[in-house]
Amino acid sequence: MNVRPSTARQLGLVNCHDCHLLVDADQARTHARCPRCGARLHLRKPNSLARTWALVWAAIVLIVPANVLPITVTITLGAKQADTIMSGVIYFMQTGSWEIAVVIFVASIFVPFAKLSILIFLLLSVRFRSAWRPKDRTTLYRLTELVGRWSMVDIYVVTILVALVKLGAVAAIEAGPAAVYFAAVVVLTMFAAESFDPRLMWDVVEEDV
Amino acid sequence: MRGPQSQPQPPGQSGPAGADAPQSPRVPARLVACPDCDLLHKLTPHEPATLLCSRCGAVLHRHKPDSVARSLALTLTALILFVLSNSFPFLAIKSGGLVQETTLLTGIRELWKQELQGLSCLVLFTCVLVPLVQMIGLLYILAPLQWGRRPALHAARVFRLVQEVAPWGMMEVFMIGILVALVKLGHMATIVPGVSVFSFGVLIFVMAGAYSSLDAPLLWDRLDLRR
Repeated sequence: MNVRPSTARQLGLVNCHDCHLLVDADQARTHARCPRCGARLHLRKPNSLARTWALVWAAIVLIVPANVLPITVTITLGAKQADTIMSGVIYFMQTGSWEIAVVIFVASIFVPFAKLSILIFLLLSVRFRSAWRPKDRTTLYRLTELVGRWSMVDIYVVTILVALVKLGAVAAIEAGPAAVYFAAVVVLTMFAAESFDPRLMWDVVEEDV
Repeated sequence: MRGPQSQPQPPGQSGPAGADAPQSPRVPARLVACPDCDLLHKLTPHEPATLLCSRCGAVLHRHKPDSVARSLALTLTALILFVLSNSFPFLAIKSGGLVQETTLLTGIRELWKQELQGLSCLVLFTCVLVPLVQMIGLLYILAPLQWGRRPALHAARVFRLVQEVAPWGMMEVFMIGILVALVKLGHMATIVPGVSVFSFGVLIFVMAGAYSSLDAPLLWDRLDLRR
């Protein structure tokens, strides 16, 4: 590119979030909807920081009961055994299926915590107008967006077990209260990643130059 | 905007359609803004290479040969596999004289009966409804384009819906869930994987293929009905 690179915002253009049509900002103000796909037009995602913070805080609150309370209750011949997410991981390690232990640990413990930490880091970096490695921060953002869905594995395992194991008095598995909290954490962090606008990081860098 | 050039693309033509149609008076043709950092890039039509944003590395354009035909074929395959996956049990458990079989839908009903309505809805939404919307939506958009008709009614709106729900379709995650449950229950009872596990396993790859052969910028151009 031989001309000096500039952004859509500097040229007074709005990039449609859904179909990526470039629309004149003046026209965008009067129409407010994309002329091609009908999506609402915004220069940046509306209230991105406030929304993301709210969703992140809600997830932080819920991640505590999600990890402390039991996620499954197994009843075998009258004996009850409650398992948290972590005790499930330990159970798999002890019974020798360490691959499964790794899958559950990464999906249910590592990913949610990493995702929340990254989102908080990105939010703070915009808040303090950081100019530190915007490219790497954008990559981090793309990573959180990509990886969040895999946390649902544990929820699906629980639902399959609950639906499948109901052999009367012999064995039954019930979902514990943590299942609902954990599902809420996954959904909230997915919404949080979606509501964060990575272009805010670049806006700050451009304005401060 | 009001120019006579922005007619819908003549059907059956390949390549980025409407490449010369002006998007708006002040916007030069074929200019794209990076969705992640807002930097503007000039896009040359018919570029066979993948174009990355020079500043943040986001994928701006990826050449996809035969996009419409391939996505359509894969989506049709996916729909057939989806019907199979929902018609047969995915796991059966044997313990003593008891055999318990579960299909995806009876599993969801079972959760509902056990007072777990929230989880039941979440599974129904992410593993049944969203994939169904994705597949039917794609068929609705792609079929008229493939057979040289005008884009279907509200096709742009349907495509928007298909793209917006995509992150919530989690069949591949569910598949991993099935495998983990299989191992876990293997310690307690005899587990027999059903037909559905296999069709499900193929389905997630077919569905991933359908989505990755989709050329979104090309589709947006062809669905553009402005004049």
